[in-house]
Amino acid sequence: MLNKKNKEALFNPLSKDNPVLVQILGICSTLAVTVSLEPAIVMGISVICVLAFSNVIISLIRNTIPTTIRIIVQLVVVAALVIIVQQVLIAYNYEVSKQLSVFIGLIITNCILMGRLEAFALNNKPWPSFLDGIGNGLGYTIILVIVAFFRELLGSGTLLGYQVIPQWCYDHGYENNGLMILPPMALITVACIIWVHRARNTELQEN
Amino acid sequence: MEELNLFVKSIFIDNMIFAYFLGMCSFLAVSKNVKTALGLGVAVTFMLVVTMPINYLLDRYVLQPGALSWLSPGMADVDLSFLGLIMFIAVIASGTQLVEMAVEKFSPSLYASLGIFLPLIAVNCAILGGALFMQQKDFPSAWTATVYGFGSGIGWLLAIVGLAAIREKIAYSNIPAPLRGVGITFIITGLMGIAFMSFLGIKLG
Repeated sequence: MLNKKNKEALFNPLSKDNPVLVQILGICSTLAVTVSLEPAIVMGISVICVLAFSNVIISLIRNTIPTTIRIIVQLVVVAALVIIVQQVLIAYNYEVSKQLSVFIGLIITNCILMGRLEAFALNNKPWPSFLDGIGNGLGYTIILVIVAFFRELLGSGTLLGYQVIPQWCYDHGYENNGLMILPPMALITVACIIWVHRARNTELQEN
Repeated sequence: MEELNLFVKSIFIDNMIFAYFLGMCSFLAVSKNVKTALGLGVAVTFMLVVTMPINYLLDRYVLQPGALSWLSPGMADVDLSFLGLIMFIAVIASGTQLVEMAVEKFSPSLYASLGIFLPLIAVNCAILGGALFMQQKDFPSAWTATVYGFGSGIGWLLAIVGLAAIREKIAYSNIPAPLRGVGITFIITGLMGIAFMSFLGIKLG
């Protein structure tokens, strides 16, 4: 079940081969949904589901897809899965689905999906593909959660909607940093994470 | 005047890159020099202008709740809006394919310079994002939607050409090793985004 190759498919994307930090895929949504923790977690779970199952489906039919139309086939499979996720969200968590607005739909064009389908699912059996999907989804979710944690903590002083920074700090002149809520700070937060990550993994540095 | 206002707003204030981060992957990957950046920017603008009115008409006359009432009164309570995503992405993917074939046939020189970028556009989030925002903003006519598409495309083009120019300039700067490449590009994009925010609140007419 979990031989060496499968373990690599599952655990490499968490740090050494992280889809956001190293492969630079799926940046759009990483930045847009990280103002606070809750939508970031929901988005992460949605991407894990869509990625794992689209990997399995494409891997099952990989020998029957003609290469000339494979992009359209992949897009249709992904779009169908995203519609399912979208309908489930509207049914069970309407508030968050409003907050995420178009970004659930944009999972279709999330480059992580196309990238993994092209690079992994088209050449591998369903079970390793499933693990690869879960691994990459988790790697993506981790970054999403870290960015959202700092942006929500520094930007609004809350975590998951609960007040974390006590009132006496505000009484003594502490202010929420409004800049953290604005879109550009997401980019700079990710840049800081990349900085730390590459300082620890020196083999990833570029010349 | 209304259209001009929307045009300026979609270039500077609702900028696809700096306000919504759409099309970020190709934005970071293809911004190493100005010439290729310009090629990709033109291709994205073109696809936005072509697909926006098609998707608008599709949304208005097929997908929206009650949109099918022009077929027969009995169809008035049909709601196909859940099919929106799959329809939009099909229009965009097939549109890219058609444009690619047409450009290859009629202008081989343009095809050679755009070549690799055309198929990439099918998965550029800026195009699908444009269609989804168009659905959300509920424009009064296909013409306004086209203006919005054109403005968004020009905004994307400006952003990628600007970033490519800055990256050409900093090629020989002494940047801390872990930040080289992607890291510094993220920070530059962030700073450009803050600069673009100064356009906030501009209104014409």
